[in-house]
Amino acid sequence: MKRLRTSLALALTAAFALSACNDGSSANDTTAEQTAQPSAGAETNEPVAGGDLRFALVAAPTGVDPQQVGSNVSIYIARSIADSLTDQDPTTGEIVPWLAEKWETNEDLTEFTFTLKPGITFSDGSPLTAQVVKENFDSIVEDLGALAPLGSGYLSGYEGTTVTDELTFTVAFDAPNAQFLQATATQALAIVSSDTVKTSPEERLQGQVIGTGPFVVESYTQDQGAVLAKREGYDWASPAFEHSGDAYLDKITFTVVPESGVRTGGLVSGQFDAISDALPQDITQIEGAGGKVLTRSNPGLPFVLHLNVAREPLNDPAVRKALNPGINRQELVDTVLSDQFNPATSILAATTPGHADQSGLLAFDPDAAKKILEEAGWVTGGDGIREKDGKKLSFSVVYAQLFSGNQAVLELTQQQLRAIGVDLQLKQATPAEQAEILASGDYEAYYYNSTRAEGDVLRTSFHAGLRNIAQREADDVLEPVLEASLAEADSAKRNELLGQAQELIIENAYAIPLFELSQSIGVAGNVHGLGFEASSRLKFYDTWIAEQ
Amino acid sequence: MLRYVTKRVAQAIIVVWAAYTLTFVILYLLPSDPVSIMLNQSQDGHVDEALAERLRAEYGFDQSTLTQYANLLGRAIQGDFGTSIANGARVSDLIAQVFPETLKLAGLAFLFTILGGTALAVASIATANKRLQQFLLALPPLGVSVPGFWIGLILLQVFSFTFPVFPAIGNDGFKSLVLPALTLAIPLSAMVAQVLADSLHSTWREPYVETARAKGLTRWQAITRHTFKNAAVPALTITGMLVGGLFAGSVVVETVFSRAGFGRLVQTSVQAQDIPVIQGFVVLAAVIFVAVNLLVDVLYPLLDPRIRSANLALAA
Repeated sequence: MKRLRTSLALALTAAFALSACNDGSSANDTTAEQTAQPSAGAETNEPVAGGDLRFALVAAPTGVDPQQVGSNVSIYIARSIADSLTDQDPTTGEIVPWLAEKWETNEDLTEFTFTLKPGITFSDGSPLTAQVVKENFDSIVEDLGALAPLGSGYLSGYEGTTVTDELTFTVAFDAPNAQFLQATATQALAIVSSDTVKTSPEERLQGQVIGTGPFVVESYTQDQGAVLAKREGYDWASPAFEHSGDAYLDKITFTVVPESGVRTGGLVSGQFDAISDALPQDITQIEGAGGKVLTRSNPGLPFVLHLNVAREPLNDPAVRKALNPGINRQELVDTVLSDQFNPATSILAATTPGHADQSGLLAFDPDAAKKILEEAGWVTGGDGIREKDGKKLSFSVVYAQLFSGNQAVLELTQQQLRAIGVDLQLKQATPAEQAEILASGDYEAYYYNSTRAEGDVLRTSFHAGLRNIAQREADDVLEPVLEASLAEADSAKRNELLGQAQELIIENAYAIPLFELSQSIGVAGNVHGLGFEASSRLKFYDTWIAEQ
Repeated sequence: MLRYVTKRVAQAIIVVWAAYTLTFVILYLLPSDPVSIMLNQSQDGHVDEALAERLRAEYGFDQSTLTQYANLLGRAIQGDFGTSIANGARVSDLIAQVFPETLKLAGLAFLFTILGGTALAVASIATANKRLQQFLLALPPLGVSVPGFWIGLILLQVFSFTFPVFPAIGNDGFKSLVLPALTLAIPLSAMVAQVLADSLHSTWREPYVETARAKGLTRWQAITRHTFKNAAVPALTITGMLVGGLFAGSVVVETVFSRAGFGRLVQTSVQAQDIPVIQGFVVLAAVIFVAVNLLVDVLYPLLDPRIRSANLALAA
C-alpha cells in the first residue's frame, strides 16, 4: 500500500513537471510569433476603452466632495468627479486651461478675469456658467468656511465674484494674491453644480456631488469605498491630459483595504488592478508578479521639524543652525525609508514649482555642527549631552503617526542629533491632540508636512501674521520677501523671490527639512496610463486596462 | 421559575447600564475630542477654533459632564442614540446598516465554532490511540494562543492569493464569508474544545460510565448516551462568553478582510472618538451578551435536572 502511494505521488509529480515544461515551450512560441509580427506587440500600446479598475485604498475616504476633503485617498476619488478652472502640468508646473479657456489679471494681482470654454455641462445636464462659478466661490467662503479648509484658505481676502456675461467673470481680492491662479487648478476649488452648492455639506460628503468631470459617483459607502462610472460626452480635457473625449475606463471601484499584506496579495493574485500605499518591502513581490510601483514626491513642504524660536534652547540661533549639518538626510532615506523617497534639498520639495536647491546648506557635516555649538558656548556634559549655564541642550518634538515611517525617521534623527550632543525627545500625539497642541502654542518643535504644488505654502506656513508655527516676530527680511512673492506676476521674478525665502528659512533654521513624502502606487502589469497630477494625487482619466 | 427569571432580567438591566456608564466615563476621560479630530481633515494639525467651539456647543460638549450624561442616558433609554459626530448619520441607521453583515459572519463562525470544538473534543475521547489523543488535546491550547489576525493572513495567503478559492475582501455572498468566519472560529472553537474535552474526560472516569461500559456498551455508545449530555453543561456556560468573543473578534477580522460590519464601524468610530456611535454599539453588544447568558441560564435546568431542583427550591 505504502509503495503504491509513493509511486502514485511520483507519477503525479512527473506529470506536473511535464505540463510545466509544455507551458514553458508554448509560451516561448508565442513570444517568437510576437517578435515576428510587430503589429501584435504594438496592440498593447494602443489604449482600449472599457473595463472596471479595482483600486484598493489604504484608508477610508472622508467623503467625495472635492471642496471639503483633504486626505490623499479622498482626493483620488473626488478629483475624477469635478474639474477645475485651470489645470497644472505636472512636469513643468505651468498653469494650463481646463474649464476656463483664458484668463488675465490686473497689474497688482487683486483681480482675476476668467473666460469659460463654451458648451461645458455638468453631469445633470445643467450648463457651466459664470454664475455657477460665482455661487461656488461664494459658498466656499460663506457657507463651508472651515469645512473647506483648503479652499477657504486659497480664497482668503475674497471680496467677491462679478459676473460680466454668461461665460466671463472676475474674482476680486482685497490684496495681491499671486497664489490664486494655481489654487484654481486644485481639487479644493473644483467647480460643482448649482444644485450641489445648495446641498448640505454632509450630503455632499456622502456622495451627492455633481461635477463636470469625466466620471460620476455611482455609489459611495462610508468606510467601505466608492464606485465611479464613466460619463458619456466628456469633451473638455485639459492639455495636461494625454487624450481627449471620454475616459477609457467604464468604472472605477475603490475599496478600503487597511491591511498592507492584503492589498499587495490582492494585487499580485489579480483581485485588484492597483493599490495605494505599496510598502517598500512589498515592491519585490509586486514586480515579481509583472506589476510595477509608481512613485512621485509630494510637492509643498517636505517633512520638517518646525522649530519654536520663542522657546529655549531653540531661541539660540546657533542651536538651530547646528541642526541642519547635524542631520544625515541620505541616511534617513537609506536606512528607515526606501529609494522611493528623496532626502529634502530645500524647505520646498523638488516637485514644487519655484523649488530652489539648497543642498549645499543642508549637507551632512557633524564637525561643522559641533563647532557651531562649541563656539556658542554649549559644552559636552558627562552624559554626552551639551550644556550651557547649567541647562541641557534638549528639546522635544510633537508628531503624529500619520505616515507609517514617522517614528522610525524621528528615532534615527534623534540618534544623529545625539552624536553632536543634542537631546531630541519624541512626543507622539494623536491627530486631535496634535491640533490642540498647535493651537495652544505649547511645543518646542512640530513635525509635519504640507502638500501643495505652489511655493506660496512658504508664506502660509512661515509668515508671522499667518500660521507662524515658528512663533517668530515679524522682521524686515523674511516678511517683505514672502509678501512680495504674493504680489509678483512674472513667474521668473516670483521664483527668484521664493528662492530667497527658501534660503532665508534654511539659513536661519526656522524649520529643519528632513525628507520628501512620496506617493507609492502599485499597479498590475496590464494597467496603463495611471498618472500623477501636479500635487502628486492620482488621475484616472487616461488610465486603461489591456486585455490579457 | 418566574421569580428566577425576573431576578436575572433585573441583573441584566444593571449590567447594560454599567456598560453604558463605564464607556461614557472612559470616552470623556480621553484628552482629545471628536470635534478637533473631525476638523483636522488635512491632518496637519490646523483646526479652526471658532468653528470647533460652535460644533462643540451644537453637540452639547460645552455642558457639564453630568448634564451631558443625564441627557444622553435619558435619550438612550427611549432608544435614541443621537447622530454620529463624524458624518451626521443617525446612529441607529448606521448600526442597522452593518449589523446584518456581522450577524451573518458571527452566525457562520458560531456554527464553525460549535462543530469544530465539539468534533475535536469528542474525537479526543473517542479514540483509543494514546498518541492521537495527545495530539488532539494539544491542538486547543495552540488555537487559543495564536492571534486572530495572523490566522486571517495565513488563510488569505493560502486560499485567496496562492489558490484563488475565496475572495480576499468584501461582502459578496457566501464565498466571501468563509475565510473570515473560519478566522473568527479557530480560536473560539479551540476554547470550546478545551473546556468540553476536559469535562468529557472527567465525566468518562465517573463510576456510572464505567458501569455502562461493563454492561457491554461500546465506547461510542457510552459517549453519546451517558457522557456527552452531562459533560455539556460547562461547555454551555462558555457559549455565553463566545458571543462576546465573536463581537470582539469581528473588529479584527472585518478589518483584515475589509468587510463592512459592526466591528469595522466600531474601529473607525473609536479612531474618530465618535461617542454616540460607540455608545450605541456598547449598549447593543451588552444587550445581546446579557440576553444570550440569560438564555443559557434558562437552558441549564433543561439539561441537568440537579440544577432544576436547586432553582425550584430557591424559588419556593
